[in-house]
Amino acid sequence: MKDIAFGQYYPVSSFVHKLDPRFKIVALITYIVAIFLANNYYGMAVCALGFFLIVLCSRVPFKKVFRSVKGIFVLLIFTAVLQIFFYQESENAKVWQWWIFTVSDESLLHAGFLVLRLALLVMVASILTFTTTPVALTDGLESLLYPLKLIRFPVHELALIMSIALRFIPTLMEETERIMNAQKARGADFESGSLLSRAKAVIPILIPLLISSFRRAEELGDAMDARCYAGSKVRTKYKKLKFSWRDLVGLLVIAAIVVGVVFLKRFGAV
Amino acid sequence: MRIQAERLSYSYQAGSSFSAYALKDVTLTIEEGEFFGIIGHTGSGKSTFVQHLNALIKLPTADKKFKPKKPKKGQPAPVYPSLVIGKYDLGDKKTNFKELRSKVGIVFQYPEYQLFAESVYDDVAFGLKNFRSELSEEEKTVLVRDAISAVGLDYESVKDASPFDLSGGQKRRVAIAGVIVTRPEILILDEPAAGLDPLGKKEIMELLHSLHRDWCKTVIIVSHDMDEISENCTRAAVFSHGELKFVLPPSELFLHDEELKALDLDIPVTAKVRLALKAKGIDVQTDFTEEDFAEKVLAYYKGVRA
Repeated sequence: MKDIAFGQYYPVSSFVHKLDPRFKIVALITYIVAIFLANNYYGMAVCALGFFLIVLCSRVPFKKVFRSVKGIFVLLIFTAVLQIFFYQESENAKVWQWWIFTVSDESLLHAGFLVLRLALLVMVASILTFTTTPVALTDGLESLLYPLKLIRFPVHELALIMSIALRFIPTLMEETERIMNAQKARGADFESGSLLSRAKAVIPILIPLLISSFRRAEELGDAMDARCYAGSKVRTKYKKLKFSWRDLVGLLVIAAIVVGVVFLKRFGAV
Repeated sequence: MRIQAERLSYSYQAGSSFSAYALKDVTLTIEEGEFFGIIGHTGSGKSTFVQHLNALIKLPTADKKFKPKKPKKGQPAPVYPSLVIGKYDLGDKKTNFKELRSKVGIVFQYPEYQLFAESVYDDVAFGLKNFRSELSEEEKTVLVRDAISAVGLDYESVKDASPFDLSGGQKRRVAIAGVIVTRPEILILDEPAAGLDPLGKKEIMELLHSLHRDWCKTVIIVSHDMDEISENCTRAAVFSHGELKFVLPPSELFLHDEELKALDLDIPVTAKVRLALKAKGIDVQTDFTEEDFAEKVLAYYKGVRA
């Protein structure tokens, strides 16, 4: 459980770490759009180049970033296999054929392209969580969603819920481990047995976990009341988000990627 | 069962930049029949040590993938940590760890938070269901009834109750019953009195003594409370930063008040009063239990008057 790579903050100081979270969120969305705009290997190369540049500037080890692909590994293989065997556009250029399976140059190229696209997508998203603390992320999101307040959408409350949820993930993990140890000491077995018996083995963990979550929620509520927490109306920020020269540089990089991809579309699709 | 730990070491997140020793070269023997105390701060390695005893943390040599490294020329063969409890060698992957866990019971801190079943009976029987599935329902009922009575609860009135309807102290007793139901020979309790009022603390310690008398041969308690240690334990081990600092009976341990202070550890009230008296020129020799201390002070007082 401890080696979940995705969604973990990597605590170093770097150019990317210091970027405004709002900019990072917008940049991520823009980058993803660019990945989907790219329709040939040239465009994808520009995206990949940008990606390598971002990772280098973030000082997060490449190994860690690549590991985030592990979570969607099965999906990648599945996509690649489907593409290789079932993609057909023109009848010529066949390399190999058997029954309903056909492999061609085109299908291989297509499969590689899709796998690259998906892998880049996940890795870039993981860079955001590697370089941004959950608190900064929710702050950024709250600020970005601010216009929705006009239609009476509870932006602040949503951000609060998110930050509380994120804050309690490690606590709950710890709690789960503690309860698992206690039940293991009483002979519970979570690793072997049929699927049904393993599902049943979860009950002695889930119930105490649920109860303690409710207890924690109540305590947290009381603690917030005791400090006269009243939501967004009267609350000021300790850390104000500010745009800096770094964000401007980042903006130029992202813009260059998008322009590059759009420009390279003229060389035709894969 | 005797516990023999040799050169026990353990580090969290080994190999990464965050790696830190939780246990460093701990060699310790706990004899059968002891009421043993383990003292140390949070992060001193005491919990890691305790989790080894129940194989919740396995020794490197007990790992399925473990292969002994061949010693390089001119260098001695690598020495691995070893831990033997009774007939169980915890460094051997062929050991029956499930059986070991039924023989070495652990009651974790705030054990009432591990309760989950619909009735007290079901919760206490959980361990039996896992360890002794060959038993018939009648045999299980007898064992569960004995365990619930042993922790000082009335079997008939609580067996069908929901564990969540009980009071805090009762919940803790049910949780202890859930561990002792398999008749472990060694019972380990992590801060058994944490969060209880003074009366509850006293009752829990009395319960542990009665369990030690006629239920589990060896009792090990992890505690911050030095009075608890001096009043109850035959011997105590002091952990600090993963290392074992002392293993002494309380009567000798608390003579090291300066060293304990250097480790940011407290001493029992009796030891504090003894030091205060000593500063006034009155030297009282005591084993630091309240009763003995009172007797010795009284004897001194009588001696002065005579």
